[in-house]
Amino acid sequence: MPGSSIRFVLDGEVIEVDDVDPTRTVLQFLREDLRRKGTKEGCAEGDCGACTVVVAEVNRDGDDLSLRAINSCIQFLPTIDGKELITVESLAPAGSKLHPVQRAMVEKHGSQCGFCTPGFVMSLFALYKTNASPSRQEVDDALAGNLCRCTGYRPIIAAAQAMYEPCGDEQRSDWLKQPFGAPQKPRDRIAKLRSLARTEALDVEHAGRHFFAPLDVDSFAATYSRNPDATILAGGTDVGLWVTKQHRELETVIYTGRVAELGELSVSSTHIEVGAAVTLSDAMPVIVDHYPGLDELFRRFASPPIRNAGTLGGNIANGSPIGDTMPALMVIGAALLLRLGDTTRELPLEDFYHDYQVNDLAPGEFLVRVRIPVADPQAIVGSQKWSKRFDQDISAVCTAYRLVLDGETVSSFRMACGGLAAVIKRAAHCEAALDGQPWNEKSIEQACRALQEDFTPISDMRASADIRLRAVQNLLRRFFHETKGNVDSTVYTYGRQR
Amino acid sequence: MDASVNKGTKPVRSVGKALPHDSAHLHVTGTASYTDDLPEPRGLLHLAVGMSRKPHAKVVGIDLTRVLDSPGVVDVCLASDIPGQNNYGAIVADDPVFADGLVQYVGQPVFVVAATSVDDARKAVRKVTIEYEELEAILDPLTAVEKRSFVLPSETLVRGDPETALENSPHRVQRRVWLGGQDQFYLEGHIAMAIPQEDGALLVYSSTQHPDEVQSMVAHATARPAKDIVVICRRMGGAFGGKESQAALIAVIAAIAAGKTGQPCKLRLDRDDDMIMTGKRHDFVIDYDAGFDDTGRILGINFEFASRCGMSADLSGPVNDRTMFHCDNAYYLENVRIVSHRCKTNTVSNTAFRGFGGPQGMFAIEYIIEDIAEALGKDPFDIRRRNFYGKNERNVTQYQQTVDDNIIDEIFDKLAADSDYEKRRAEIRKFNAGNKILRRGISMTPVKFGISFTNTLLNQAGALVHVYKDGTVQLNHGGTEMGQGLYIKVAQVVADEFQIGVDRIRIMAADTSKVPNASATAASSGSDMNGKAAQIAAAKIRARMTEYAARHFAVSEAEVEFVAGWVRAGENSLEFAELVRLAWADRVSLSATGFYKTPKINYDRKTFSGRPFFYFAYGAAVTEVIVDRLTGEHRLLRVDILHDCGDSLNPAVDLGQVEGGYVQGVGWLTTEELWWNDAGELGTHSPSTYKIPTCSDLAPDFRVELMQRAANREDTIYRSKAVGEPPLMLSLSAFHAIRDAIVADGGPSPDLHAPATPEAVLRAISGSTDE
Repeated sequence: MPGSSIRFVLDGEVIEVDDVDPTRTVLQFLREDLRRKGTKEGCAEGDCGACTVVVAEVNRDGDDLSLRAINSCIQFLPTIDGKELITVESLAPAGSKLHPVQRAMVEKHGSQCGFCTPGFVMSLFALYKTNASPSRQEVDDALAGNLCRCTGYRPIIAAAQAMYEPCGDEQRSDWLKQPFGAPQKPRDRIAKLRSLARTEALDVEHAGRHFFAPLDVDSFAATYSRNPDATILAGGTDVGLWVTKQHRELETVIYTGRVAELGELSVSSTHIEVGAAVTLSDAMPVIVDHYPGLDELFRRFASPPIRNAGTLGGNIANGSPIGDTMPALMVIGAALLLRLGDTTRELPLEDFYHDYQVNDLAPGEFLVRVRIPVADPQAIVGSQKWSKRFDQDISAVCTAYRLVLDGETVSSFRMACGGLAAVIKRAAHCEAALDGQPWNEKSIEQACRALQEDFTPISDMRASADIRLRAVQNLLRRFFHETKGNVDSTVYTYGRQR
Repeated sequence: MDASVNKGTKPVRSVGKALPHDSAHLHVTGTASYTDDLPEPRGLLHLAVGMSRKPHAKVVGIDLTRVLDSPGVVDVCLASDIPGQNNYGAIVADDPVFADGLVQYVGQPVFVVAATSVDDARKAVRKVTIEYEELEAILDPLTAVEKRSFVLPSETLVRGDPETALENSPHRVQRRVWLGGQDQFYLEGHIAMAIPQEDGALLVYSSTQHPDEVQSMVAHATARPAKDIVVICRRMGGAFGGKESQAALIAVIAAIAAGKTGQPCKLRLDRDDDMIMTGKRHDFVIDYDAGFDDTGRILGINFEFASRCGMSADLSGPVNDRTMFHCDNAYYLENVRIVSHRCKTNTVSNTAFRGFGGPQGMFAIEYIIEDIAEALGKDPFDIRRRNFYGKNERNVTQYQQTVDDNIIDEIFDKLAADSDYEKRRAEIRKFNAGNKILRRGISMTPVKFGISFTNTLLNQAGALVHVYKDGTVQLNHGGTEMGQGLYIKVAQVVADEFQIGVDRIRIMAADTSKVPNASATAASSGSDMNGKAAQIAAAKIRARMTEYAARHFAVSEAEVEFVAGWVRAGENSLEFAELVRLAWADRVSLSATGFYKTPKINYDRKTFSGRPFFYFAYGAAVTEVIVDRLTGEHRLLRVDILHDCGDSLNPAVDLGQVEGGYVQGVGWLTTEELWWNDAGELGTHSPSTYKIPTCSDLAPDFRVELMQRAANREDTIYRSKAVGEPPLMLSLSAFHAIRDAIVADGGPSPDLHAPATPEAVLRAISGSTDE
């Protein structure tokens, strides 16, 4: 008999929830059901961070907890089954002293209106527990998903630096108050979470609607074959908005997050294999390790809470024309392993998208993993994101390049772009214009003209059509100059190089 | 009692101390209650608003059948359900609560649905069918000017003889520049909860900067006298002007629904609805023609401002007036014509936002300064110095107020030295000569900002202070707390008046039943006015206690002194609480109101002349940026700010206002873009598309200083100065630094419009306007 009630830990207690709407968000549950009002709703789409909470899980080695900030506003309650939920109230229960993070925020005047503050406290708490002495850039990165409209952030950054100052006895006895690197392991917490481990799939049913969380890929395939109209849920960073923004009622949801095989991440001599449920936070460092040219793109991709929930597989399968991982994955030749029932097939990523929100998946077919070739030392790989804001913005244009030179001649050039068409796609004319040509300004100018045949962008709130085209041409020119050593930084790295 | 106060004990001072925000410990623990966090009364209904989908149309039919059949729905309210006036416009009655037969913008409320859960209400509201008969829509200010579509008559202010001055000028610059609007993007969206009370009364919790106006508007709409309405606001999760007039709309809707259903009703706008339904900072199209001499001195200017007011007047009159008052910034304009069009467009009604029209006026004059510098090949710094108001001459504004507290030269000199402006500018020129792709830019801009409501009657404030038998105090005043630190500042004032610690004072919510007829907490005037009013109230009680103590101890009143938690009466001393208890036992009143009205101000709107401002606040900023000429992207590298808060009531709070104001202004001028499509729909209605600054946007080198020993010349509360709005305009230096970076190669003057998004910068570099 599969489990039908959701169980998770909150402030040391196991909370068991029965008969709950499977798409009820963690935030709704906290605020409306538990009347736990510390966590706020600022946007209900994972873009402002006022709802940030931290989720703890037993790590892969089973000897410690891994902590991650997530946006509770778009996270469905069943996805925290088996985990520990830590909210702003958890840090300093009534009558106890402020947590070091909270104390630092008070002392450094890090709050004004205070509405974003619980979210900042939780993002800072996650940083406190995962980094012993963050640099300014690491602080920026950790807070990229939290908007503050009052302070201008300076005092919050000051708090992030001050929160490590020792604060007395309670710090030694309370695991929550111990900074990263403290020797004590939260054995009682680990044990409690272990006791919640499932041997049977979770099946939450409410008013005829289901949330299935299969534990292995075979049952996932079987469940999906039986329910080909079901919504597949991975990180929920887009599906969450279908519910919170479009008020859609999802009849059947099948969750990838518990499927062991889909959570696997491995590197062989030829490929990086990223399971469909591997979060962006886990996948990106491994990819950047092989492709350092993607570092800035991945730093700017969404925010920590989104990357902690969102998956690489979800970004691909969702197939937004402005998805940021796909241009890079396309040029480096990533392929998708797809499964329908018992049949699997491999498809190059560039063949996956047919038209706006139309892809190659058959009904009941799903993404098992992404196969990314390891880097070819001959190839230069780069990617650029062009948007109004540095952090957590959707690209108006996103580019990726893979260039192999034979002396000064282009022996292979691939370019793919997002934001310029109904799907992410290769710039075929541009690539052809450069193929076999000398890698010089004249060729680049020809390639820029060819880009006009590749793309007929539209105008929208992110950029106008004509400027999108000019931007992509200039981005290509910039890539050229970077390969020539004519410019060694972007505006984002200028003056910030270590 | 062995402890007593020593003869030498000095009075304690809370004022001037960098105390944390009074709610900081609540903010960080999640225990500060915002309106949505209050306990929900039994039977609470949740509301969702049905909005117009058309920018301008007759409403031919509304079919609510499916809405009413939707699960959880209890009732709906339309215009016909409003018992009183269908209006929430405070200055001009042109703001319907619910559209009645005519919709004038996409997002205009047409009806509200009340349901048993938020989800049910929001799901139900989407099931309406509204039939429209579309009318021609005016979607931008220039079209409105062309069609003479205005919410209020255009205004003109002329000083001197600008035509002749321009004709005789050796040099002229002309330009048309677009300046975008800005969403307030308070983190807490609009919200109100209305709870029916006995005998027809209504209690309204509202996230509002102006509880009094909410009270009036709820009273008018529900056909009740003001006495039957109580409005309470303990704190807002940010407001920035966005909750000055338009909070009333949300509260009125909740009150109408509560009145009709007889049940408590809460309306919390979802982020998208909030951004679509409620007003923003006005975007402007600015034309100017400026004449100047070889030294860069301005001889004459013609300004023509056209602002998008949206479908109603709201606060657009005073907002645009302030543009006219501030298009001088810190410069003497001897001959100037200022024409201001208040354009009626079929878009949301724009409203207050920190700066309140001032920033747009200052943007215009600073652009002129830059143009003059470019035309003459001079450093804009020198052009600014050349045109600053004088101390004893050239010191009268275009609206005939004498600038008698001018410290802009001192600020400019100090900041130029502290920031190494000259040296860095030269170094940047050198850097740019050697770099094709990355260019740096630097700019230093001043701020002079007039403090007071320009409508003189609004410059009044009230307070109510209670001292309890145990010597603790409840502090009420008409000001609202939106994060700006007003409440702690006023508490510091009252603490000093009684010579007790702020921990003895409970800061109470803004509550119309405690302090009536209060003005909005706006125009940066909160601590100036409420600080004074609370001080007056506390001083009254203190005087009564003094009188009692003198009598009790048989000393003269002059011998009674409040010192550091104690009261000394001749040779006797006793704790403050003890004196309170004795005074109470002697039947002395320990509760008092305080009332303050700002002195010296007067202003005739017909002639645009007088003294609208009690004083001016000053500041300056130097911003250095780097710009990518290929991508149009840019980053702030270093910021130096010197700002004048007078003698600060709380330097930590004031520093927070300066820093936060600057960054918010940078957002306005760089990343925050409001984008409407051809159907009049706002495309940027959530943080996924509307981009306010994030943490990494803060310059890595950010140096902010408050002017020291800068006592206000006017008798303000402890000689402090208002600080809410002025720092926002320090951000003009960021915009002009970006422009400086792309002008640097001596090409044509870049046509950079605001916000300076990468797109706008690319257009400016390539010299093309819309293609």
